[in-house]
Parts: sequence; C-alpha cells; structure tokens
Amino acid sequence: MPLEQLLQYFFAGITEGAIYAIIAIGFNIIYNTTGIINFAQGEFLVLGGMIATSLAVVLPLPLAVAGAVAATMVVGALVDLVFIRWLASPSVLRLVVITIGVSILLREGMLHAWDEKVRALRNFTGTEISSVRILGAHIAPQALWVLGIAGLIVAALALFFRYTLAGRAMRACAANRTAARLCGIKTRRLVTLSFCLSAGIGALAGCALSPLTQTQYDMGAPLAIKGFTVAILGGLGNSTAAVAAGLILGLLETFSVSLLPLAYKDAVSLAVLLAILFLRPGGLFGRREVQRLKEF
Amino acid sequence: MSRPLGWFRVLVVSLVLAAAAFLAGAQQNTVKIGAILAVTGPASNLGAPEAKTLQMLVDQVNGAGGLLGRKVQLVLKDSGASPEKAISFARQLIEEEEVLAILGPSTSGESLKIKDVCQEGQTILLSCAAAEAIVNPVMKWVFKTPQNDAFATLWIYRYLKERGLTRIGVVASNTGFGNGGKAQLEKYAPENGIQILIAEVYDKEATDLTSVLTKLKAREVQAVVNWSIEPAQSLVAKNLRQLGMQVPLLQSHGFGNIRYVEAAGQAAEGIVFPCGRLLVADVLPDGHPQKALLLDYKKKYEAQFGEEVSTFGGHAYDAFTILAEAVRRAGSTDPARVRDAIEGLKGFAGTAGIFNFSPADHNGLDMGSFEMLTVKGGKFVLLKP
Repeated sequence: MPLEQLLQYFFAGITEGAIYAIIAIGFNIIYNTTGIINFAQGEFLVLGGMIATSLAVVLPLPLAVAGAVAATMVVGALVDLVFIRWLASPSVLRLVVITIGVSILLREGMLHAWDEKVRALRNFTGTEISSVRILGAHIAPQALWVLGIAGLIVAALALFFRYTLAGRAMRACAANRTAARLCGIKTRRLVTLSFCLSAGIGALAGCALSPLTQTQYDMGAPLAIKGFTVAILGGLGNSTAAVAAGLILGLLETFSVSLLPLAYKDAVSLAVLLAILFLRPGGLFGRREVQRLKEF
Repeated sequence: MSRPLGWFRVLVVSLVLAAAAFLAGAQQNTVKIGAILAVTGPASNLGAPEAKTLQMLVDQVNGAGGLLGRKVQLVLKDSGASPEKAISFARQLIEEEEVLAILGPSTSGESLKIKDVCQEGQTILLSCAAAEAIVNPVMKWVFKTPQNDAFATLWIYRYLKERGLTRIGVVASNTGFGNGGKAQLEKYAPENGIQILIAEVYDKEATDLTSVLTKLKAREVQAVVNWSIEPAQSLVAKNLRQLGMQVPLLQSHGFGNIRYVEAAGQAAEGIVFPCGRLLVADVLPDGHPQKALLLDYKKKYEAQFGEEVSTFGGHAYDAFTILAEAVRRAGSTDPARVRDAIEGLKGFAGTAGIFNFSPADHNGLDMGSFEMLTVKGGKFVLLKP
C-alpha cells in the first residue's frame, strides 16, 4: 500500500477513534466516584448538541457551546438530586437500572422539546468541505478539534483529580466511601458534583461531535454503547486509557475495512474486545490489583 | 357466585360489552384507513412529511363532506422504521381496527416484511417505499406509489454513460431500500457498460463513513453512487469532500428532502439524482398534467406546516388520492371492489408521475416519471442536459 493511502487510512482511523475516545471519557468520572456506569451518558451528549444548535441561532458559537455545557451540567445535577441521592446504600445493579430509565426519560423529553429532525452544529473552523492536507492525505479539521478537545479534557481532569481538594475528595470517595465520610467528606455532594462534571464533559463532547456525526434525539444509546465499550477496553476509571483505547479501536476498525468488506467492521472490533477481555479483564491499561478491588 | 361483589363484576362486564357493541355500531359510518409510517427514527425525513401530508388530506376530504358521504378516520402508527414494529402494527390494524387499507410503510425493509401479512389479511397495502421487490412478483393486495429503484438506476447509468464515467464505487445502507438499490445497480451495470469497482454496505445508524470512502479513494473510482434514505446520505457527501475527493456523487431518489441538503451544507453542491417532478414544479411547462396538482400540494403543505415539500410526502399524497379515487369509482368500501378499482386506474396524475395500474403492474409508473435534479446554491434545480 503506498504511503499516501496508508496515511489516509490512518487519518480515517483517527477520526473514528476520536469519536469513540471523547465519548468514553465521560463514563469514568461517575464510575470513579460511585462505582456505577451511567447509561444516560449518551443522552448528555445529545442534549449538549441539541441545546447548542438551538442557542447557536442567536449566540456566537463559543457562547452557544458554553451555554449548552452549563445547561447540561444543571440537568446532570438534577438527575442525581431527583433519582439517586435519596437512595440508601443502593446496589450497583439497582443504580444501573435507574440510569437506564433516566436515559429513556431524557430521550423522550428531547423528542418533545425538539423534534425528530436531524441537526448539526456548525463546524468549529471551516465548512462541511474543508479538509486539511498532511503529506498527501486528508483529514477533516473537525476531527482534529475532537481530538484536541478530548486531550484537553483528559489533561484538565488529571490536574483536577490530583491538585484540587474536590478532586482528591472524589478519589477518596471512590476508594472507600465510609472512610471518606468518616474523614468529614460530604460524599453526597461529591456524587452530585461527579454527575455535574460528567454531564458537562458529555455536553462538550456532543458539541464537538455534532458537525461530524450530526445530532438526532435518539442517537444517545448507540453512542453510549460505543463509548462504554471503549472505556472497558481501556480499563474503567482511567480517562487517558479510554482515549488511547478509543484511538486504537478506531485504527483497528479502519484497517480492517481496508482488507475486509465494511459489513465485518463491527464483528472485528467486538472480536478484538472479547479477546482482550479474556486475556486482560481489567482492560488494556488496567492494573490487576486494582481490578480485584472493584465491584465491576 | 359466593365471592363478595360477584354481582358487581357481572354488571361491569355487561356494561363494557354493551359499550363495545354500541361503539362498534357507531363505527359503521366512518371509513377507517390505517397508516404505518416512520415518523421518528432514522427514516423520520420520510415518515414525518408523510404523516403530515396524510393528516392534511384527511382533514381536507372530511371538510368537503367525506368519502362517499362518510367521515374518514385515519389510524396512524409510528413504526420508527423498525420492521418488527411494522409487522405488529399491521396485524393490529388488520385484525383489531379492521381498516380498509394500510398506507405506508415508509421504508422498503418494512414493506417487504408486511407484504405477506396484508396479503393473508386481504387488506389493501399502498406502500410508500421504492424497492421493486415490493411489487415484483405481484401480490394481489400489495401496491406501491414511489418509482421503482430500477428506473432510478437506469437514469443514473444514462447520466454516467453520457459523461464517460464507467468505473464507479457504490455505497448503500444495510436496509431493504439500500440492498435493493445495490442489487439493481449490480444487475444493470454490465449492459450499460458500467464497471462497479467496489460495492460496500454500511450500517444504517453509521455516524462516520470515512473508512469505507477511503477504500473507494484507493480504488480511484470515477464517480460514487450512494443508495440510502438515512441521514447518512448527508454524511457520505461531507466525508467524501473532506477526504479531498472531487469525483461526482450521485444519489438515489431517496434524496428528495431539502433537509438532506441542509445537513450536508456545501458538500451537497453538485449532487445529481433522479427524482419526481414535485421539487421543480414551478419550472414545468404550463400544460403539463402534473403541474396544477403539484403546485396545489406544495402551496397547501408549505402554508400549513411551514417547511418545504419533499417527494416522500408526495408518495403518501399519491397513496391517499389513489385510494380515495378507487373508493369513489367502486362506489363502496368493500375491500375487494376497491382493490379492483385501483388496478383499473389509468392515466391518474399523482405527484410521482402518471399512474397506469394493471393486474401485472402494481406500481403504475415508468421511466418518464423522473427528472434529473441537482443541487445548486443549496436548492434543488433541474439538471440542464
């Protein structure tokens, strides 16, 4: 295969991988604080995209995105306050089922608030036909934006969890909730904060993805499944690993398309996922000892 | 009955039965027409205009005195383009609601699945989906209103041949419509001197098609033909240009909704596709048999719903007006007589073309029902030859 073609496949893989990566990040925050998978994460993505497209009619793009992120963070906090907070020591399974219910609620709510039509946010830079040319191969500028934003989010999260009091308190919650409470950490508030953050990141991801994948009220579930798969592949709880795993999976799928018919793309990625989970149940980058301590 | 309140249960049951009998008697005076449309979901650009059109027409007919003096009752079900839901709604409409006819479904996949249900239930099916396989082989009770995908294929090949673009790539969605179109493209390629270098099928909920288009770029195709009705139609256009490919993009007649053009933005410029005349009604010559009804439908639809007409709404328009005309000609709502009346319709002007039904042809349209359209300045215009 000539270099240009190889590079083109590489860029196509990066584009798809970036989509997976940015969705996967959102799962890890709630998982780290509460140990549950929030299946409404996909809906946060779509909600962010929808609000941003509505706001973009009257506001400039950066303000519309900021507004969408803020509004979705409020929704995330509400989800926790209304559905999760008043439960007394719920099991993980019960919480997961509740989040699935919340996702259905949000989806129908979006259908009624907006309609069934497909929308897309404007490309952050350039238009629908812009293309960046690198060494003879092309990539859409929006894909680079998605990658860049994913990287920024991961970096910001790393700093947050390591250097701020709230971040360290959330890690304490994840390690041992009772011990954290004994230290005077208000665990309930941190759970709400984690939902807030997760929703905000989801909304930002949704806005960045909207020019690429378009936004429709029922896209939440398919996107969430993709992101969740990648989060598991990288090792639940580790955002950097999620981004890396997303890129790896995207590249794997794209190169499989170069050899096999497109119809086998999902089969290949699922087969790889299963193989990795058999060999390394903690995910590609998960550590064995840490894995044994977690419920999931 | 020794249980307490046993007499109460008997009373409730008899009241319910009496009410049901009363309601059943009251229904005799309405004409019940069922519709299964994909109002939400991946085919909502088809089902939503179809549902709106049917609602508009039913209100219009009822306002003018109804059908044979009786009110028309539309029973609309939203299948979300799911063939499983379509089957279950079809059974419900035929067995519980006992409708005269079912209009829709919106997609070929669903239509192919409910064909047999309607044939067994002896209920007229007027599908709004395009795959030729719906009416070929002909089933007595199954009709369709959109043009055949075979005709669209021949129009596309004629365009390609005229420009010497003989080495093409085909991408289609993994649905009844997409697979049907791909089959037609492969069937008619050899006799038209077209070489399909590569034909791939993508998932109907795909959010990125860069990988498969990279494969087409590697094979150096001279043109790309896309066959789907999902929002992926817009994705193909965008991903193609983002990859730096300048080759022409041709679409099926599933592109006939301006929302696909809006979603693709600048990437939609120059897309060529065969389509019914509804979208270019104003530039038709004045004597054209379709012009008056096309402009009338366009004006009323756009005034009532505030959005541009699409050919899909037109297919529902044709389905309803054909049924209404057949009921008038048969002078009754007996399903068998209405069915015969549909088969006997000739020279019936609809939005998709002039219909000429017969026992062997349950679609009634021919190659002349298309025009070649293109996108210029974000609008649909006639392609100048």
